[in-house]
Amino acid sequence: MAAVAASHGELVELGVQVLSMSTDSRFIHKIWNEAELSKMVDGGIPFPMLSDAGGRVGRVYGVYEEAAGVNIRGRFLIDPDGVIQAMEVLTPAVGRHVGETIRQLKAFQHVRETGEATPSGWQPGKKTLKPGPELVGRVWEVWKPGQED
Amino acid sequence: MMAKEQDGCVQAAAGPIDQGAASESGAPAAPASRMPIVARVGGEAPDFEASGYVAGSGFKNIKLSDYRGKWVLLCFYPGDFTFV
Repeated sequence: MAAVAASHGELVELGVQVLSMSTDSRFIHKIWNEAELSKMVDGGIPFPMLSDAGGRVGRVYGVYEEAAGVNIRGRFLIDPDGVIQAMEVLTPAVGRHVGETIRQLKAFQHVRETGEATPSGWQPGKKTLKPGPELVGRVWEVWKPGQED
Repeated sequence: MMAKEQDGCVQAAAGPIDQGAASESGAPAAPASRMPIVARVGGEAPDFEASGYVAGSGFKNIKLSDYRGKWVLLCFYPGDFTFV
């Protein structure tokens, strides 16, 4: 969560509200923030740290692991209409990459604004695709892997 | 500054909010343990209410739907004080 906190400024600029959630109580969140996270990131965790007692929320999101009684790493991008646009679920030993989350956010925001589609590995300013009958079978003319410009 | 507020040992929160059950039949929502996994891409994010800690302002209950109109990044993780 410290990695997400470190990127919080950029996420706020993108208009994103971050929420973190584990099965720990709100009391534990407070002490973890004060005892450890605030020493990793200036100011500590700047977004709400939520408690999912008993994994009730994690269950409906498909991330609750009964055997261990915890939520595994699950990351959900939810658009302004409340629709899940992306999800990524990892087993516990591998951490997320916030940079990829931010790249996807920018792509989803671009798609929402323009109706265009973004090809593999798209970054802001790079070529987009305009889906339609005339593009069928002709993507090769406008986009190739490794030549994203 | 943390607000000087009263806080009990236990803070109930609704957890997942089964809007389907409530709106279609008028009956109370099913217990969470019997709610199916409903999160999927392209589908509505299941609403919930959870108790939370907000640095600088204290403890409060928060609903996902409080943030309708904004992009939300919701991150689950195994637990505080874990290593990754």
